[in-house]
Amino acid sequence: MHSRHDTLGERLFDVANYLFLTIFACVTVLPFVYIIAGSFTTEAELAARDFFIIPRDYSLAAYQYIFSSNTIFRSIGVSIFITVTGTITNLMFTLTMAYALSRKDLLGRNTIMNLVIFSMLFSGGMIPSYLVVKELGLIDSYAAVILPGAISAFNLIVIKNFFQQLPPGLEESARIDGCTEIGVLWRIVLPLSKPVIATFGLFYAVGHWNNFFSALLYLNDHTKWPLQVVLREMVMLSQLAVGDLSNMDPNFVRPPDQAVKMAVIVVGTLPILLLYPFLQKHFAKGVLLGSIKG
Amino acid sequence: METTAQANNNRKAQQPLPERQKRPWTARIKKDRWLYVLLLPGLLYFLVFKYLPMWGVLIAFQNFQPFLGFWESSWVGLDHFRNFFGNPDFVRLLRNTFILAVYDLVFFFPAPIIVALLLNEIRVGIFKRFVQTMVYVPHFISMVIVASMTYVFLTTQGGVLHALIQQLTGRSFNFLADPDWFRPLIILQIMWKETGWGTIIFLAALASVDVEQYEAAIVDGASRFQRLWHITLPAISGVISILLILRLGNFLDNGFEQIFLMTNSLNRSVADVFDTYVYFVGITQGAFSYSTAIGLFKSLVGIVLIFGSNWLAKRMGKEGLY
Repeated sequence: MHSRHDTLGERLFDVANYLFLTIFACVTVLPFVYIIAGSFTTEAELAARDFFIIPRDYSLAAYQYIFSSNTIFRSIGVSIFITVTGTITNLMFTLTMAYALSRKDLLGRNTIMNLVIFSMLFSGGMIPSYLVVKELGLIDSYAAVILPGAISAFNLIVIKNFFQQLPPGLEESARIDGCTEIGVLWRIVLPLSKPVIATFGLFYAVGHWNNFFSALLYLNDHTKWPLQVVLREMVMLSQLAVGDLSNMDPNFVRPPDQAVKMAVIVVGTLPILLLYPFLQKHFAKGVLLGSIKG
Repeated sequence: METTAQANNNRKAQQPLPERQKRPWTARIKKDRWLYVLLLPGLLYFLVFKYLPMWGVLIAFQNFQPFLGFWESSWVGLDHFRNFFGNPDFVRLLRNTFILAVYDLVFFFPAPIIVALLLNEIRVGIFKRFVQTMVYVPHFISMVIVASMTYVFLTTQGGVLHALIQQLTGRSFNFLADPDWFRPLIILQIMWKETGWGTIIFLAALASVDVEQYEAAIVDGASRFQRLWHITLPAISGVISILLILRLGNFLDNGFEQIFLMTNSLNRSVADVFDTYVYFVGITQGAFSYSTAIGLFKSLVGIVLIFGSNWLAKRMGKEGLY
């Protein structure tokens, strides 16, 4: 690739570059490693030692503690429920609308596209959105966490563009065979779109799993809180002990110690880390798909 | 022998092309009725959850009382706006929001560009892929996790990073409560979380540069730096300008969740920005109309910024967004 020798300066640059990028990669990953290591050890070791990767006093005490009551289990269950139903909802709403809008001769198409784009630029804001959800009677229901984010306008546009680029011949022949539009979507278009569905399904799913604020905003019942909200309570507010919430006596709340906090963090990150290879592959593709203008 | 053009014309005369039909709109709707069925859920979603709240901003001009509802609450015109601009909090919010936005632009925005350029210089493919795999990870974890990790590392009660710095400098910094550390923490957090992922779009642009250009430059005796300056940077200038426009358009948006999580009673003086203030005043204190007025003000400034930066880009000869 380089048909002439690098100067000394350029070689030094290379060395520095490799060094810098290695440090950067380590700085990115080492915090996780430490947290995982710290969750499997005792409070004493955490106090005694500085940064380490392998614990000396291996202990499951932190995990035993956080799973000793229902709180964490329940919030994991809630998060799973919200992620699954949320993603299905997202896909149902987004794919149908994207397909309809991909038909160029649809009457009103341009108007609706402009509506969608404008909604990306201006919004009513937090309070009006909250009031709408309140008026619909959805406060304290999971619908409040799932419905307001049902369609991401950006995802909608990218998927619509994807549908537009499918060969029109397939759709024609299906129509001639007597398929309705819904049949065309279900039998022809969707099976062809599996990578796109996987990519955006993952986008939506990760968003649901990581969702914190709308749950905090709309869910007043502590037993309905997903994992991220409970996580924040335990680690950052140190108010929520792992105990029976309904009978919580403030005098008996024991502020969680470092190992326990680390264990909760690990639990909150685990699914993401486990799915990481899939996520990396599909998300990168999605970014590139979306970055192609038009 | 008819020419192709004539043949095409004949074909057109025999069957109307689907894209150019002039049928009455009732017939078109009837033909596409199932498409409208498919369209309906999404359309309803936008109308209810996006456009209905837009009308909700009108409560900024009311003295909105929830039990009275929209139609019965009294109208107060621009009172809330007047109160807000006269409130000393306004200057504080403006300052905090603006400074954080500038920090973000100055420190965070160039970071993925620089890292992408550095990665581009790596010739060992395995190393490059290894680094990429590592640095993408923080993008996928939630802000709650990032903030929680920050707390675990920096707490004065046993945080390992805090202890380390204490050993090195002899001083105990209360990173989490000290207002002086709030802004650096926010920027460092976002850089840690999103720099790696942000390189994707630049690496894609860099990969599309014609290799022959580089080879020709080498033949002409160009140094690495000269190749960078004359070939690489122009290649990504388009992407940079588009992202810059987007960033400027969102200038006053500070990443609500991150700031919300890192705000506490001790650093409020620098941590309060428009978005979090709207939450605190509106939701926790119930001042619906007042906070909506603040939110409306910010949205309007945002629109001006978006169209302004878009216009600016077009003036400079770059492609805009619209």
